[in-house]
Amino acid sequence: MAEVRVTVDGVNYADEVEPRMLLVQYLRERLGKTGTVIGCDTSNCGACTVHLNGQSVKSCSVLAVQANGGEVTTIEGLARDGQLHPVQKAFNECHALQCGFCTPGMIMAAVDLLGDNPDPDEGEVREGIEGNLCRCTGYQNIVRAVQSAAQAMKPGASAPTETPAPVAGD
Amino acid sequence: MIPAKFDYVRPSTVEEAVSALQQGGDDAKILAGGQSLLPVLRLRLAAPSVVIDLGGIAELRQISEDGDRIAIGAMAPHHDVMRDDLVKQHVTLLSQATATVADPQVRHRGTLGGALAHADPAGDLGAVALALDAEFVIAGSSGTRTVPATEFFVDYFTTAIGEGEILTQVRFPKYTGWSTHYEKFNRTAQAWSMVAVAAALRVEGGSVAEARIGLTNMGTTPIRATGVEQALVGQPATADSVRAAAEHATEGTAAPSDADAAADYREHLAKVLTGRAVLAAAG
Repeated sequence: MAEVRVTVDGVNYADEVEPRMLLVQYLRERLGKTGTVIGCDTSNCGACTVHLNGQSVKSCSVLAVQANGGEVTTIEGLARDGQLHPVQKAFNECHALQCGFCTPGMIMAAVDLLGDNPDPDEGEVREGIEGNLCRCTGYQNIVRAVQSAAQAMKPGASAPTETPAPVAGD
Repeated sequence: MIPAKFDYVRPSTVEEAVSALQQGGDDAKILAGGQSLLPVLRLRLAAPSVVIDLGGIAELRQISEDGDRIAIGAMAPHHDVMRDDLVKQHVTLLSQATATVADPQVRHRGTLGGALAHADPAGDLGAVALALDAEFVIAGSSGTRTVPATEFFVDYFTTAIGEGEILTQVRFPKYTGWSTHYEKFNRTAQAWSMVAVAAALRVEGGSVAEARIGLTNMGTTPIRATGVEQALVGQPATADSVRAAAEHATEGTAAPSDADAAADYREHLAKVLTGRAVLAAAG
């Protein structure tokens, strides 16, 4: 067994885990954070994307022990004071999902992208979410949602402008 | 799926890592960024007795200028390598190729050294290291040794890193002011290269003064397209002369046939992509 101490969605945890435990298993099975889902066994689909120390990662391809000492943000940690994160809100408003299975990972990838590039064009959005597969929507509304969120998150925009979680590239 | 059980150690120095590797014997496995290893463990294609995580060795993430070279720690993540100012300025081709690796999540975790040590023939960075004459610093129980790129890539998933040894740094000569491009061909997002071409040119007065061309996935190791390089030197970088030179791209290659592409299709791609890469580099 190995010790893992992590902060997940702002709460500190300390646990003994088997070294082989994947971060996604730890989040779902130990912490009950089932908002993060498992989609594939090939590291392709990105459904399990969370932020580790401010960067998007596929939590099926990180061991829980590798997150030791780190800070994890899941889809469950994005909302603030009962208000959805602007990217969550945009996915809702733009109908950027059908079955919704890819949505947690897609949103976490999109939040990372917008932290890095606050005003991406369509091509940059498609590249930025390259690690996330959606089998329902054909991506059109997902791209629209990410661009819509980018507008809402601009300083001075009328939409809610809570600061998102720290993301890569800051 | 869940990996088979293993012991886990996280050394804080290279010496401790080498020692753990030697104690672990044949079954020990080095964990760099884990973006190839963890899928392999999950699918139970490998079941090491001990996994040695290099993630706790801070010095292995550093990127620095060392005289006429840029020294990149083996654990520098792709995300860091592609954005590093020294790399962008002096080893632009590496920055360009790294930006095409997998997807953002994988680039956050995956490392330069991990990718090169894994030596997947479809991996993008081997062709760059070979074309640019990178050097590989390898640590073992008796200290470190330096291996040139021409000797590093031995075979399919096989490098010159010996048992009990760890790749610690990759050193690139500076190619400041060279014109470079990495042309990658794949069918879907985040897919491996079916074929890709790494091109670096030094252009003087409209003519190619020096050329370095590396091929991805045209054999069991990265391959240097020396025939193309020789045909380019002294020629103007025009579409006609570049296309003529690119006809040499398949010399010395042994393209694989697999579910993605047959060998003859890869040979066709190598010529076409070489032309595109050189023309794009020449601007």
